[in-house]
Amino acid sequence: MRNHNLKLLIRNFAIEMVVYSVLLVAYFYLALRFLGEPLKQMYETRMVVYAILALVLIVAQAVMLEALTSMIVRWLGLERLE
Amino acid sequence: MYFPVADVVVNPLLLAAVGFLVGLLGGFFGVGGGFLAGPMMFLVGVPMNFVVGTDLAHMTGKSIVAARRHRVLGHVDVKLGLLMVMGTVPGVEIGARIIERLEGTGVIDEVVGTIYVVILVAIGAFTAWESLRALQLVRTEQMDAQEALAFQGAARRARGLHIPPMISLPGSGVESISLWVILAVSFLTGLLAGVLGVGGGFIRMPMLVYLVGVPTHVAVGTDLFEIVISAGFGTLTHALKGNVDILMALVMHTGAAIGAQIGAVSTRYFAGPRIRLFFSVLPFIGAILTVLRLFGLMVGH
Repeated sequence: MRNHNLKLLIRNFAIEMVVYSVLLVAYFYLALRFLGEPLKQMYETRMVVYAILALVLIVAQAVMLEALTSMIVRWLGLERLE
Repeated sequence: MYFPVADVVVNPLLLAAVGFLVGLLGGFFGVGGGFLAGPMMFLVGVPMNFVVGTDLAHMTGKSIVAARRHRVLGHVDVKLGLLMVMGTVPGVEIGARIIERLEGTGVIDEVVGTIYVVILVAIGAFTAWESLRALQLVRTEQMDAQEALAFQGAARRARGLHIPPMISLPGSGVESISLWVILAVSFLTGLLAGVLGVGGGFIRMPMLVYLVGVPTHVAVGTDLFEIVISAGFGTLTHALKGNVDILMALVMHTGAAIGAQIGAVSTRYFAGPRIRLFFSVLPFIGAILTVLRLFGLMVGH
């Protein structure tokens, strides 16, 4: 049972690694490039909005990454180790 | 990659790698990892004024992922976490004010640094001693492997204090404990965190285990839950002061999210004493980094 769980764990993580790697590349080459200048302007002119947006962005990314991984694991019919 | 907010070029892969390492430690030990992430971020080229705020921002995201995973595993006591926040926040505030008062003396860095090293070494040494003793008791079959604890005196005494209101913490297996004990422990950890200028996870986790009697896995998960709130608040205040480059935090978080998930799920494969034994190494690393920084300060003087 323990070995079975360990195999699932490794398989699960391998899939999650692929998902996150794709997202990582997307961030590097797309989203961050477009976000950079607007955020810089906001940082210089409207600090309060920037501060709130900073918190919203990091929370949203955390929730989205977690939700996306859960969804893909479910679609692939993999048992989660939880 | 150019980060326009901080106006600096930093390799994003290095940032993600730092995030991964700190996320792994955070997910497994329930610490924010600021004491490691700060120096590492500085080493990869993040300007000093952006280190603390940006680290807090990525810590918020990482802790959400790890705390959510721990919650699913049944390792988060939400009631205890919220009560701890009530004590931690005033503790951090008073600690920060003490530092403000002491700043005029001119030797604040050396004094705080020395206290920090003493506390870190004491926590590391005590946790290592206790966990090794607990593992010994497990080997001689005197205790259950999962939650063996070789030092229960303080938690027993704390639970013996009948100062109303008494509360129960079913999520931590605590039938009855005075609310004041929880508030005192959280205030003390908050005070230390405020004075030392750190998140305080490495102080809070062992305190929850040894003083409140919370199982190690629940202490890890609950500490992460509290970090979500405290680091989120810290992100907002630092961002208002212009100390957060959110783009860097997002890049770091992509690595941290993987590490945090691996760390959180890995706790299932280790018993409490072994987690505490691994944990005991962290304060020593923090102490070495602080000594190096202090040495640098002394050379500077």
